[in-house]
Amino acid sequence: MALLTYRDALNAALREEMGLDDRVFLMGEEVAEYDGAYKVSRGLLKEFGPHRVVDTPIAELGFAGIGVGAAMVGLRPVIEFMTWNFALLAIDQVVNSAAKMRYMSGGQVGCPIVFRGPGGAALQLAAQHSQSFESWYAHIPGLKVLTPGTPADAKGLLKSAIRDDDPVVFIEGEMLYNVKGEVPEGEHLVPIGKADIKRAGGDVTLVCHSKTVTVALKAADQLAAEGIDAEVVDLRTIRPMDTETVLNSVGKTHRCVVVEEGWAFAGVGAQVVDEIQRHAFDELDAPVLRVTGADVPMPYNKQLERAAKADPAKVVAAAKRVLYLA
Amino acid sequence: MAGTRARSRAKGAPHPAGPAASPEQCREYLRQMRLIRYFEEKAGEAYSLGKVGGFCHLYIGQEAVAVGSMAALRADDYITTSYRDHGHALARGLSARSVMAELYGKAAGCSRGKGGSMHLFDASLGFLGGHGIVGGHIPLTAGMAFAAKYRKTDQVAVCYFGEAAVNIGSFHETLNMAALWKLPAIFVVENNGYGMGTALARASSLLDLAHRAYSYEMAEEVVDGQDVFAVRSAMDRAVERARVESLPTLLEMRTYRYVGHSMSDAAHGTYRTKDEVEEFRQRDPIKLLEAHMLEAGMMDEAGLKAVDEMITAEVEDAIVFAEESPDPAPGELWTDVLAGGQ
Ligand SMILES: Cc1ncc(C[n+]2csc(CCOP(=O)(O)OP(=O)(O)O)c2C)c(N)n1
Ligand SMILES: [Mg+2]
Repeated sequence: MALLTYRDALNAALREEMGLDDRVFLMGEEVAEYDGAYKVSRGLLKEFGPHRVVDTPIAELGFAGIGVGAAMVGLRPVIEFMTWNFALLAIDQVVNSAAKMRYMSGGQVGCPIVFRGPGGAALQLAAQHSQSFESWYAHIPGLKVLTPGTPADAKGLLKSAIRDDDPVVFIEGEMLYNVKGEVPEGEHLVPIGKADIKRAGGDVTLVCHSKTVTVALKAADQLAAEGIDAEVVDLRTIRPMDTETVLNSVGKTHRCVVVEEGWAFAGVGAQVVDEIQRHAFDELDAPVLRVTGADVPMPYNKQLERAAKADPAKVVAAAKRVLYLA
Repeated sequence: MAGTRARSRAKGAPHPAGPAASPEQCREYLRQMRLIRYFEEKAGEAYSLGKVGGFCHLYIGQEAVAVGSMAALRADDYITTSYRDHGHALARGLSARSVMAELYGKAAGCSRGKGGSMHLFDASLGFLGGHGIVGGHIPLTAGMAFAAKYRKTDQVAVCYFGEAAVNIGSFHETLNMAALWKLPAIFVVENNGYGMGTALARASSLLDLAHRAYSYEMAEEVVDGQDVFAVRSAMDRAVERARVESLPTLLEMRTYRYVGHSMSDAAHGTYRTKDEVEEFRQRDPIKLLEAHMLEAGMMDEAGLKAVDEMITAEVEDAIVFAEESPDPAPGELWTDVLAGGQ
């Protein structure tokens, strides 16, 4: 074990996988000479050279498509989007090319590619730079969507993503890059499609992913101080979703709150709630509640921004409501 | 800067007049072009009978482009096209059976009935798709060229697309990176004059589309797309540039589609006149080749008839095959979504 930041855990995953497989290359804006806009690729140019760490022009659609084409003929590209906000320019290639290739070729042409970069709101970056798009990609058959919430999961999931034979959308938490945690060294693989119980408890289930793992854990601490024992289920993978782990937890607690950074409408939580009501209707002692980002573009003002975000206080309040304590 | 421009001009300048193709090569061009023409006529019929569904875009009139250019390629090169892809598939060597069966949506189709007319694939031939989003496959092809260069093979990647795609962002983003990174890619614009009902002049501020390459310091050439020999020799130069020098080329093939944009569009009436279509039909790529072969004594009427009989039998056989082939099993709905089978 080593104490690493989320950023350095991702960096370790890239370095290890590039060292193991020379089909893996990293491409994106500022990934090479600048060492990465968020320094995730620090040192990789020096270690692997410009052949495998490739700076691009600002042309998201173009370089995403170049990655897809390279993957179609057997390379394993890691395409970095400076943030997922800019990946909107490239969504045609993710949705119409990468996700469809295997199916529309009748199984002949796969697309082992990772699209990665930071998502979610940071601090006061306002409307165009503070968005969560995991539910958009999770909507698409043919894609896998990963959203690690801790340094260990960041490393283990990125390594699994790079080895996976399908296109993976890998959304990092922009606010998590400096978060430190214990990370197993070397061959640490987190399986895709497996949720993780970040804290066990019997009174209420808090389902979360990415940055809201931290939010839910803080809320669980506060609830514990009031004698409420929350279980925190980190989805880790949004698609394919590990419904079993969620349902097992709800079967135990009978109460659930789903927390996410993104907007509520057709969000990740909507899918979680749908699974619960279909498969565990009789287990529920209260309607499932959701804590999400406010249904507005992100404001710049600090107080307004705070009000727009999912935070521990909101999660605590929702947990008390499903426990009929408030 | 004039560097690349001057160079490509000089390279392409004095095309030797007259084809140097052997009688066997000419016969092969003719066979393929006639095969495509007849296949497309029959595909159109099958569509009208409700046997082929979805969108169906025919290649009639443009045959010399696919046939002349594919002849310059190697078996391990990569090819992508737009949705107007039947002709390219046949020219690359996919069997008429597997293409027709795909149009019929059958399990024996080249994409196992899951792609249809717009998404023909045969990975074993490096034929990596008909693609349905205008311009969407242009960066994919550059990615294949990137992979060839990355692996230090001397493969070439070729992308066919309509002239309407030169106005979309992916075209520009890709050409810039292909030139910047010196990728062994060939971008073949099939300028058939129209994107659906929009004439080139109503969509592009620049009419000499090959000149778009100037913005990217890329070699370019304007080619008579009705002349299979001109297509072949321009493609030979582009392939050499890609394979030997690892440099991309933009080829503008001037051609024409005789039929409507897709099966739901009339050949003429709204956005173009019957006279215009008739005028272009005078320079039919197949007639031009036949005339050359007759004149050069490579072929007589009996020879033409023999070619005709051969391709007719091939297409008729493909139709029977497609008709008689089974649909994909119902469980196929769920396969090929992900690598694990599901
Ligand atoms: C991005 C996108 N916009 C619109 C369409 C609908 N569409 C299909 S073909 C076409 C015209 C394309 O013309 P061109 O590129 O010249 O090719 P051609 O059909 O002439 O071969 C349009 C607008 C599409 N498929 N993709
Ligand atoms: Mg056109």
